[in-house]
Amino acid sequence: MPIQYYIYLALALFCIGIVGVLTRRNAIIVFMCIELMLNAVNLLLVAFSQMHQNAVYATNKVTSAGIEGQLFVFFIMVVAAAEVSVGLAIIVMLYRNTRSVDINFLNRLKN
Amino acid sequence: MNAIIISALMGVLMMFTSIITSNKQVIKNVALIALLFLLVGNIVDTYNIFSIKVDTKGMLSFGKFGLYFNTLIIAATTIFVLLSGNEIVKTGDYAADYFALIFFVLCGIAILSSFNNLLMMFLGVEIMSIPLYILTGSAKKNLKSNEASLKYFLMGAFSTGIMLMGIALMYGATGSFGIQAIKLVDNELSFTKVMQTPLLEVIGLLLVYAAMLFKVSAAPFHFWAPDVYDGAPSAFASFMATIVKAAGFIALINLFFLKAVELHYLWKMVTVLVIITTLIIGNITAVFQQSVKRMLAYSSIAHAGFMMFALYAQNDIAKEGILIYTVAYSLATIGLFAILAKMDDYSLEGYNGMAKTQPLLAFANAIFLLSLAGIPLTVGFFAKYYMLAAVLKFSGGFGLFLTITGVVFAAVSVYYYFRVLQAMYFKEGDAKVADVTVGFKLGLMLCIAAIIFFGIFPDVLLAWFYF
Repeated sequence: MPIQYYIYLALALFCIGIVGVLTRRNAIIVFMCIELMLNAVNLLLVAFSQMHQNAVYATNKVTSAGIEGQLFVFFIMVVAAAEVSVGLAIIVMLYRNTRSVDINFLNRLKN
Repeated sequence: MNAIIISALMGVLMMFTSIITSNKQVIKNVALIALLFLLVGNIVDTYNIFSIKVDTKGMLSFGKFGLYFNTLIIAATTIFVLLSGNEIVKTGDYAADYFALIFFVLCGIAILSSFNNLLMMFLGVEIMSIPLYILTGSAKKNLKSNEASLKYFLMGAFSTGIMLMGIALMYGATGSFGIQAIKLVDNELSFTKVMQTPLLEVIGLLLVYAAMLFKVSAAPFHFWAPDVYDGAPSAFASFMATIVKAAGFIALINLFFLKAVELHYLWKMVTVLVIITTLIIGNITAVFQQSVKRMLAYSSIAHAGFMMFALYAQNDIAKEGILIYTVAYSLATIGLFAILAKMDDYSLEGYNGMAKTQPLLAFANAIFLLSLAGIPLTVGFFAKYYMLAAVLKFSGGFGLFLTITGVVFAAVSVYYYFRVLQAMYFKEGDAKVADVTVGFKLGLMLCIAAIIFFGIFPDVLLAWFYF
């Protein structure tokens, strides 16, 4: 399959994530949308990695070109896991104090 | 490498300290000693006396600039713990963990000052940010702190997503995560050559730029800053507003001193727009604030605008300027927040008549405010001076226009800083301040002495840089 399809899919997922973050009012769903954004990036990195490898593979059969992209994906996963643990802890802390996970609550800070 | 490894180790050490002792004073002193050890470790590294060698495959490079910046940051953190240590341990039940998180933030900053690869930049930013989300929410029973923490976390994670998208696009365009400068023919930057930069890379760089602007709270990505600084416990707010913000600028400088060439005119236009909006929003909104804590939050946005001058100018003076600005801004803001944390009432009225009840604290506040406003004989003056000089030295473009804007908004900032001075010295009232220890007063004196000393001899700071 041509690389464009992967790019379009990744960008579509990314945009769904952004729209979700901006419109949803439930903290957990906002959080899921952020994860969706990160996973769209993962998909894009893997696709680019394959693209760069294919470009070199024609002339050099033992190349390791493009391997960095896949390595980066692992780092994103690790960091996302760390963020999830911290983020869910924060949401639980908020829920304990207010019995709700509604984002509208955040507007109270403004003065 | 020393700073990265030692700060991570010290973080783990602080976590174990809570098993051995629950005495908060002991924990604070252990943290101070660990910070001093880290400081010595980094200085030893700077002078090549002893440094841990790790083969990073070119992903990290340790230049004099980054190492010296680390020294300044660690020294500022030491002063921060000296002044606000008691507030930190009082925030909650887990005193040792707060210090552990601070050490992890320092580890992230040490990576940010030396990365040579987008992967390390991403890791550095995250290692710096994730502990901050926790520190912001460390007052667990306080609703405002909870809100601030959730807000900071959601926005921070969102900006991480944007930054990763930018990195992925840059990878797609170039096929590597390394940060190599564009090769110039005869040192001459031809327009056609610049225009050959792939579109994907241009978009990617702009996305990374936007995400980093978020981290340093420059307009139009500043909206989280006042709420988060207001809601976070005062001690951690000062940490975020000073040390973390300076680290964000070092990351921007590391990345864009090499990469900005590829954006050419686009870079200058975007940067000028960002500087102007940041200065306008930061300064004008600060004028209308009634709470000193919120005013300091907006003033931190305004100072981010001034630090952006270094990104526009991109020359050696800008590098020196950002070092001096880090010192000037950190010392003054840490001091102001440390005194603020001791007050009952954060509003302007709360400062009324402080000069009568607490002459020393009022005097310290006055010096800090004068330094932030950029009055001569304080280091804040030279910080602004270097920034403006850097922009003026940069020939062509918007240099003169930016300088004039900078001076005008520096004058605006004098207004809201002097309102606090007026409240302290010329209004009747009894400002209520919690009891301060002798150590706290000594720390303040140290800050004042440093501000005035570097204000008269700024070359001392730079002499260490060029040793």
